[in-house]
Parts: sequence; C-alpha cells; structure tokens
Amino acid sequence: MSARPDGARGFVADWSSDQRTFKGVPWGKAMMWIFLLSDTFIFSCFLLSYMTVRSSTTVPWPNPSEVFALSFGGEPIPLILIAIMTFILITSSGTMALAVNFGYRKNRAVTAILLVVTAIFGATFVGMQAFEWTKLIVEEGVRPWGNPMGAAQFGSTFFMITGFHGFHVSVGVLFLLIVARKVLKGEYDRGDKGYFTSRKGSYEIVETMGLYWHFVDLVWVFIFAFFYLW
Amino acid sequence: MTHEQTQTHGGEAHVEGQQHPLGIYFKIWAWLFVLSTFSYLVDYFHVQGLLRWTLIIIFMLAKAGLIVAVFMHMMWERLALIYAILAPPVFILVFVALMTSESGYTFLTRTIFFVTGS
Repeated sequence: MSARPDGARGFVADWSSDQRTFKGVPWGKAMMWIFLLSDTFIFSCFLLSYMTVRSSTTVPWPNPSEVFALSFGGEPIPLILIAIMTFILITSSGTMALAVNFGYRKNRAVTAILLVVTAIFGATFVGMQAFEWTKLIVEEGVRPWGNPMGAAQFGSTFFMITGFHGFHVSVGVLFLLIVARKVLKGEYDRGDKGYFTSRKGSYEIVETMGLYWHFVDLVWVFIFAFFYLW
Repeated sequence: MTHEQTQTHGGEAHVEGQQHPLGIYFKIWAWLFVLSTFSYLVDYFHVQGLLRWTLIIIFMLAKAGLIVAVFMHMMWERLALIYAILAPPVFILVFVALMTSESGYTFLTRTIFFVTGS
C-alpha cells in the first residue's frame, strides 16, 4: 500500500476516494464522532437559549458564586462543590484515556480496572449532582418556574442544562460498566460478535467509548465556564 | 504530523487504532487540573469585568482544545475527519450573533414596556 498524501492534497484525496472517506478510522469511531457532532449542536442550543434568556431579562440574575457556595462549618466557600465535581470529571477523563491506551496494548485486566474506576468517578459525579439539586430545590427553593434570588429563568435553564449533562454521564457510566464486563470476559481478545452489529468486537470499542466519555467532560468545561463562572 | 496508527491490511485482520506513549496523557491530565484550578481561582478572587470574561474564555478554550486534541486523539487523525467534525460547530458562532441581537431587542422592548407601561 502506497503512503497516503497529507495536508490539503490528502484531504481532497480522502474525500474523493472510493469506499471510505475516513481512512484509518473504524466505522464505529466515525459514527461516534458524527453522533458527538450532533450532540454538540444540542448542547449549543441549550447554552444559547440560556444566553438569550439571561441577557434579555430585566430582573437581576442570581449570583452562581453565592448560590452554589457551601460551608463546612465556617465561612461559605464559593462554588466549592462545582470545583470538586470538575476535578472528579477530569480525573475520570484521565483514567479513561489510560484505559484506551492499555486496551490497545491488549492488557485485559488493567483496561477493565481503569474502566471500572472511570465508572466509579462518573457515578460519584452524578451523586454530587443529585446532592446539589436536592440542596437547590429543598433549601434554596429553586424551581423551574421561579426562585427567591432573582430571574425566574435561572431554574429552568439550570435544571435543563445540568440535567441533560447528568443524564449523559449516567448513560456513560452504564456503558462503561458494559464495556468493562466485555473486556474482562475477554470478548475483545476473541473478537466475539456485538449485540446489534454482528461485527467482531475489538479494543477499538474502548476507544469509541472513550470518545463519548471525553465529550461528556468537554461539555462540562463549557457548562462550568458559561453557567457557573459567568 | 506523526501517524502512529497501526494498520494491517488483508483478510479479516483489520487492526486500526491510536497508540501513543503514556507520558503525554499524564502531561495533559496535569494541565487540565492546573487550568481548572485557574478558572476556579478567577471566581474565588472575584476577578470582575473584562478581565474575568477573557480569563474564563481562555481557560475554557485551552481545556477544550487539550481534551479534543490529545484525549480524543484528534491531533493524530487525518484532515478529512478533523474538518468534518470541527468545521460545522464554527457556524454556532453565527447563531450566537443572531441571538445576541435578538435578546438585545427583547431587553429593549421589555425595558420600554416596564418604564412607559405600554
């Protein structure tokens, strides 16, 4: 096989070639990227509607720094819970990246352990989010239709955006555990067939799973910046 | 651009994947922690005004860039995939411009209504 050209020439060659455009990319991974692109637009629409209602309201917006402050017996520390959640999600992203790497080394045990650790961090994140929601609903009296601190749209955008993100994390945890189980049983070593596809399983699936998980972390970067810090 | 993808062609054996040294993941991991701490400190020290938005956006884009480029292996992919995935979201900026203008108009009409009562 001759070497493929790089740069603009390679771009044109790939897109005008037969059979497949994304050379060297397994079909599952290409499909995951396209799904993530569509998901990007969904989250963009949420963040854009949040931007629109926040900049068009004549009522002051509640200060997230104070709303999400938490005190451990003393002075309330601003945004501390959100900061810890951010670090937990980044940590899980790191263990996921390592899992992908060890998967390609065909290290079954380490890959499975790293996937389970990633799932535990993800579940911890969702747990802390549940705590955050409970505190906001029960103690602060935030509802989707109003809150005592200011603009009514605060609640609706908050529950919508973080809820949809939390749902993504929860689904991710579920799939991480499924992939971890398959790794542990050696299905990717043997090339067992998948649930729906009848294609041979391989450690590529760990990388595809990783793309989804890193995307969840990526979305949180934008939510953290636009919703909590703005 | 270095291509470290392992590829074997022929028959059913079709191994394609991204294999890179572990060191780079730990480096990026550390950077993500540092950048997150920075963006948290922006809020902690009550940095306000233009400096606040600039810092938040810079740290956000740096983190997003590192995650996509290294953790999601985009820097090692071919341009065909990079452009297909990263070019469309740029059009979101057009949407942002539209909605900024729209919300400015809504704010104006609301203000006029609340002041004049009609």
